[in-house]
Amino acid sequence: MSDHQLRVSKIPRGTVIDHIRAGQALNVLAILGIDGESGETVSVGMNVPSDRMGHKDIVKVEDRELSQDEVDVLSLIAPEATINIIREYEVAEKQYLERPERVVGVLSCPNHNCITNENEPVETEFDVLDDGVRCEYCETIVREDLADHIAVE
Amino acid sequence: MRDDHLITAKQLSREDVESVLDRAAEFDADPAAFGDRHEDAILGLLFFEPSTRTKMSFETAIKRLGGDAVDMGTVESSSVKKGESLADTARVIEGYADALVLRHPSQGAAKMVGEFVDVPLLNAGDGAGHHPTQTLLDLYTIRENAGLDDLTIGIMGDLKYGRTVHSLAHALTNFDADQHFISPESLKLPRSVRYDLHESGAMVREHTELDDILPSLDVLYVTRIQRERFPDENEYQEIAGEYGIDLETLESAKDDLTVMHPLPRVDEIAPEVDDTDYATYFEQAHNGVPVRMALLDQLLEGRQ
Ligand SMILES: [Zn+2]
Repeated sequence: MSDHQLRVSKIPRGTVIDHIRAGQALNVLAILGIDGESGETVSVGMNVPSDRMGHKDIVKVEDRELSQDEVDVLSLIAPEATINIIREYEVAEKQYLERPERVVGVLSCPNHNCITNENEPVETEFDVLDDGVRCEYCETIVREDLADHIAVE
Repeated sequence: MRDDHLITAKQLSREDVESVLDRAAEFDADPAAFGDRHEDAILGLLFFEPSTRTKMSFETAIKRLGGDAVDMGTVESSSVKKGESLADTARVIEGYADALVLRHPSQGAAKMVGEFVDVPLLNAGDGAGHHPTQTLLDLYTIRENAGLDDLTIGIMGDLKYGRTVHSLAHALTNFDADQHFISPESLKLPRSVRYDLHESGAMVREHTELDDILPSLDVLYVTRIQRERFPDENEYQEIAGEYGIDLETLESAKDDLTVMHPLPRVDEIAPEVDDTDYATYFEQAHNGVPVRMALLDQLLEGRQ
């Protein structure tokens, strides 16, 4: 199989996340909780030439559609990404990401002194800013390495 | 969340601040005259961090209004020690009280408790977060001594962890105040506070040397630099020395400069300053009672 074929080969059903900012594919896998042990068939393209972006990453996950929480977090680290839901080898739905106003229960707060990191009955809640997110409880602003704080199981 | 919880100084509009300060002035004029205002009112004090003075100032305020306070004793002797969550503790104590006061070492603790309780909650300090009742007494003191508009204020010391600083800076954005922040590089304002000040249109000016700005100040608000922030004792000594003030430092200050400090101080302000007209920190501490009376009066009015 040529390199070209690998990149464009179609999957019967699942999700293709395209136009991921180059270098973010592994973080996308982290958001989806894919570590190679969950049994899904996953193809990853990194630094694939792209007319629109110069270079981009692509992630294809077979037999899986994404939850809204996953889509919300994806939008934070890969705002230009498009999500193609594949059924019967065809693109059944194409979704562009929209940044949510807030994300609840998906990121953990990097501030160790934040009440959300204690054993309290409270979910994390982050406001989405233009260039980062902000904890609703301790107000810490996170701009870099958002993917490090993903609490999605 | 109830809208009469006081969690952060950001909630306070200029009108809110002015109405509390005006009321505080009435209580300040004759604190003993209001002993029948809130008879039977019980204030629940949830102090998860020792703070004898803040706690006593709330106790005094509620007693001056004719009410009483209950507290949970020391954390060591309470159910918290047995691993009960803060949310549960607060939900139990709210059954005993008409309003709650919370001091907690974790940032965001007051916001969380506010989501669980149905009686008004006052945040009396949450980690490095907020301390809005301190801010109101600071503003009261500033208004009495320098006025709140056309004000040039310098805020100096540990600006990174100092919750009194964060709350004061937010509240001052309601007024025509030029704010200057003076600190060592390692203790500058946190990103989140700078973000809010910027959003509110305030000009944030940061300095590492007090000398640069001292001659133009009407108010100098000094805070404590905590030893435990520095891994190295020598580094602490050096910085603490540089950000302390004495009579020599104040030579270039305006004659009517007001020097404030939330207390306790260690050696940020030399005792020789105490006897000058600059010193306003003991008056500031005294103002805690009338200001907290005014706040409690406002919250408890809704009870009847
Ligand atoms: Zn937080």
